[in-house]
Amino acid sequence: MNLIQWLLTLSGLALVLLVLFSIAALMVYGERRIIALLQDRLGPNRAGPFGILQPAADFLKLVTKEHFVPPFADRKIYIIASIIVPFTALLSFVVVPVSYNWWLADINIALLFIMALSSLRVYGIMLGGWASNSKYPLFGGLRSAAQMISYELPMGLALMGVVILSGSFSLVDIVSAQEIPFIILQPIGFIIFLICGIAETNRLPFDLPEAENELASGYNTEYGDIKFAFFFLGEYIGVLLIAALATVLFLGGWHGPWFPGAVWFTIKTLALIFLFFWLRTSLPRLRYDQLMHIGWKFLLPAALVNLMVTAVLGLFWMEG
Amino acid sequence: MQKKRTNKPVPTLILGLCRSLWTVLRHAFVKRETVSYPEIKRPLPSRWRGRIVLTRDPDGEERCVACYLCSAVCPVDCIHLQARQNDDGRRYPETFSIDFSRCIFCGFCEEACPTLAIQLTPDFEMCERRHESLIYNKEQLLIDGQGKYPGYNFYRHAGVAISGKKIGAAETDMSPVDRDNNLP
Repeated sequence: MNLIQWLLTLSGLALVLLVLFSIAALMVYGERRIIALLQDRLGPNRAGPFGILQPAADFLKLVTKEHFVPPFADRKIYIIASIIVPFTALLSFVVVPVSYNWWLADINIALLFIMALSSLRVYGIMLGGWASNSKYPLFGGLRSAAQMISYELPMGLALMGVVILSGSFSLVDIVSAQEIPFIILQPIGFIIFLICGIAETNRLPFDLPEAENELASGYNTEYGDIKFAFFFLGEYIGVLLIAALATVLFLGGWHGPWFPGAVWFTIKTLALIFLFFWLRTSLPRLRYDQLMHIGWKFLLPAALVNLMVTAVLGLFWMEG
Repeated sequence: MQKKRTNKPVPTLILGLCRSLWTVLRHAFVKRETVSYPEIKRPLPSRWRGRIVLTRDPDGEERCVACYLCSAVCPVDCIHLQARQNDDGRRYPETFSIDFSRCIFCGFCEEACPTLAIQLTPDFEMCERRHESLIYNKEQLLIDGQGKYPGYNFYRHAGVAISGKKIGAAETDMSPVDRDNNLP
């Protein structure tokens, strides 16, 4: 690769980074407004037209704060942990195809790549809780580790159904294979993936790692300033990632009549993000034992059965 | 003994989840309860305990007689005053200051006041950027009106003698009894 290609690649990455950061910031604003709408409130409406500059104000506030590391914390890991979370979430977007000729990379193991990165994401949260060296972050970090390990398993198994149907790990191939969206062929897989996705991103009703009422905001209790903003950003980019993945894997990605592919992708992703916000306002947080109960005794067997049925049916399909 | 499990069947639970989702979604079309405060101000109750004022009687004189009762009853010691007496025998506060950075708006001063001079008003918008600006002096406290109790004049009711009003000349007073002619 020559210099110009390198520069193009780097500027493309910078552009994607900028766009994703802006989308995450707008999601914070959108979430606050939508939840306010569902709770008969107004939400932030002061900064700029309809309060759209609220995330910018929040961001400036966090950036201009003192960069503080608690004296009892493990300094290096404390800082690194806050970077891991948005880093892994951002990196996953490399393989997400937005439209039929519009993606950053088409890796033939894209799905495995995403699963690996979402496992690495646990390190960010767990190490953040551990390095804070105080009791509530530690609880939050441990819970997060347990929750993510428990929910990664059914998630991966639910994705296997998609892989069997499309015969590829590449997200581009998976979308291309969806003449009928896989949500029709894999409804159980879609539901399992969505539940696990909510659990993976620590959103309500599975936000046990950062349960405000029990853990004083959990793994990020000791975090302030820009490092907290990183965690926050990572969470919202994670939500965006799960919504985008569900779109790509189950809702047919860019497929759709009348509009260009990117528009369909955006519409489907936004609908799923709305679902995330809607669930957040509606459902109470699970108890820890209920969380484990659902993960191991319900989602995992369901995912296994789904996988086996898909495998058998897929075998006949391919034979016939 | 192990506690009996009362788990509901899974379809019931899922139905419950769907019902709560539906209920929340319906609230998107319900009127929002938030009042956009600086633009829309809700009317305050007339007995709201807000900014404290010193009122005047119907003749335009200060009602306060500098009895120190408000200062004594104040739980946070935020009222300071200095009494004085003028030539016609009326007492009045030479200085009167309320430190609103300490005031808790409990209204005890209003209850303690024998002359209805000190009153709490329905106004709470008194933010300042400087701490010292919250110390209100007599000029800031004293208003021209009579506040919540129009028509009341302490000296016309009380039996205190001032120049121009002898003992017994008050509205509800009877003339003092002449001890020498008070025999049956």
